Amino acid sequence: MLSVQASKLFNSSTFRLALVYMALFSLSVLLLLGFIYWSTAGYMMRQAEATIEAEITGLAERYELAGLPGLSKIISERLSRQNNSSSIYLLADQEFKPIIGNLKKWPKEQTSEQGWMSFEFDSGPPDEVGQHKSRARTFRLRGGFYLLVGRDVHDLEEIQSLIQEALFWGLLITVVLALVGGVTMSRTMMHKVEIINTTCRQIMAGDLAQRIPSTGGDDDLDRLVNILNRMLEQIEELMQGVKQVTNNIAHDLRTPLTRLRRRLDMLRENDSSIENSDELLDQAIGEADGLLITFKALLRISEVETGSRRIGFKDVDMTVLLQDLVEFYEPLSEEKGQDFTVASAISKPVMGDRDLLFQAFANILDNAIKYTPASGGIRLIMHDQLDQLQIVICDTGPGVPTAAREKIFERFFRLETSRSTPGNGLGLSLVAAIIKLHHGQIELADNRPGLNITITLPRSS
Amino acid sequence: MRILLIEDDIDTASYLAKGLNESGHTVNMAHDGRDGFFMALDQPYDALVIDRMLPGMDGLSIIRAIRTSGNRAPTLILSALGEVDARVEGLRAGGDDYLVKPFAFSELVARLEALVRRSTTATEQTTSLKVGDLEMDLLSHKVKRNHQTIDLQPREFRLLEFLMRNSGQVVTRTMLLENVWDYNFDPQTNVIDVHISRLRSKIDKQFKLPMLHTIRGAGYALRAGI
Repeated sequence: MLSVQASKLFNSSTFRLALVYMALFSLSVLLLLGFIYWSTAGYMMRQAEATIEAEITGLAERYELAGLPGLSKIISERLSRQNNSSSIYLLADQEFKPIIGNLKKWPKEQTSEQGWMSFEFDSGPPDEVGQHKSRARTFRLRGGFYLLVGRDVHDLEEIQSLIQEALFWGLLITVVLALVGGVTMSRTMMHKVEIINTTCRQIMAGDLAQRIPSTGGDDDLDRLVNILNRMLEQIEELMQGVKQVTNNIAHDLRTPLTRLRRRLDMLRENDSSIENSDELLDQAIGEADGLLITFKALLRISEVETGSRRIGFKDVDMTVLLQDLVEFYEPLSEEKGQDFTVASAISKPVMGDRDLLFQAFANILDNAIKYTPASGGIRLIMHDQLDQLQIVICDTGPGVPTAAREKIFERFFRLETSRSTPGNGLGLSLVAAIIKLHHGQIELADNRPGLNITITLPRSS
Repeated sequence: MRILLIEDDIDTASYLAKGLNESGHTVNMAHDGRDGFFMALDQPYDALVIDRMLPGMDGLSIIRAIRTSGNRAPTLILSALGEVDARVEGLRAGGDDYLVKPFAFSELVARLEALVRRSTTATEQTTSLKVGDLEMDLLSHKVKRNHQTIDLQPREFRLLEFLMRNSGQVVTRTMLLENVWDYNFDPQTNVIDVHISRLRSKIDKQFKLPMLHTIRGAGYALRAGI
């Protein structure tokens, strides 16, 4: 379980990012501390070496001028002057036997090419015990004498190790803090992502009502959650729409299919009584045709709803289109004895699909003529406004009750009062789809009596 | 007419072949795209009826191939794909007309006959039409029956012109909508019937012999005799 969690943690991208950051950060801390070390402890050592260098050169010059006695004198002077200082002097003869100085014997350590050496020695004063480290330079004088000038670097080393220790702990704390921070950060992130994952899994399992719990904050993850939730809402709405439509289709097609089946059954049973069979056959064919028309209408609506027809949009002269429409429907209205008046302004074209627009207005006019009683009136008015076109179609039919005005555009919805008239309840669904395709709007209002449909089409942009 | 029918659904194919035979046409059938293609190249046909989706070679490829070989026989495409794009694609491939499944048999026959007639008469530049004692002058837009002038509205004139050009043949409501009204749409009520009865009242009412007939379940036909 623990190893699973650990591998999960390691697989988390945040944790890996944290690790990379930690490595980079440690490296820069290391570099920074190295530089501090070099410029403090290193500097002190270099200073000491420079002093030794200067001193040894000075002493060598003295030897040149005043010979061995002069040198011995100055060394003893210095030794006496700085009694407890950290300076080390030693003058030795050809066999490295000490002549004068505060070192008991010449150190055994090897010297480097420039004559530098580091060695341990017993610190002179008796109160201090142990070996002290020193840094020194040797110089071979003319006449075979050896000179050693050095410094007790014990204090310096102490400071150096102090700094080293501080640097080590600093680095350790940095790494530990980075690691802890990385783990915490990635665990928080993993937790949040895991919540999203769990919800998504539940949704995939079929529970579309699930939503990702939001923490209410405003960080990038919260925004992601909000967007995901909104997407889920849309998907759920669409799914419900599909479900609703499927149910409606199944329900509304069952009735004619049942009728068709019953007629075919009757035909099979009374094949002897010929006189009735022709009529039954016609009815059966009519039923099948009706079903085909319904399917065609459904396909047409979904075709329009996909929006693919928008590619073929062209300038449509609505004045001409409405004239053609009126010319097409006038005889029907006239036959019913209705009063059909048209008031249409000359309009600039709108962007659209002329066949679909014709279909939409044909469906509306079809309904108006169908439901308006004889001697009733139908009016078609077009207003050309600056950025939009408004087309109003009013009739004096039974109208649509306020409660049903939202539902009237749903597939297969039919008013109870019009169930007996022919129709499949898809005409206005197609109208709604077409007007939506054109980014237009439909409003229904009471014409007292009758229905007032206002369609607004935006001007070509 | 000799008709080549390429349709992979054997039930539909034999039903269509039977119907076309009964209407007096000779029908050869192929149930596979490749066979159909070779049959189309092998013999001359007056018309081709080709299903769009076929095994072996699809309908549009067949049409493109035979058009490249110089065969100009009028071709009717049958398809379950009814969207505008699909229709346009079919006509671009070289088809002359496009019928969406499911369709009424009468619609198929009417369209097929109109296609063949169009291809045989397309070259003639006609200025007048005559069916029985009904005459139409296409230049002056005058219509006379039995030398009696008949006044027609512009749309009625176009309706009559289409009927006269297809005289003796059944013309379906869809064909009228496409050719006379020039809008591709489905009226929910049979408005066309009202237009036909108006036209009928003008050309038939005062005369003994009716010319404009309603063909039940199919459409209309303009005939000189009975």
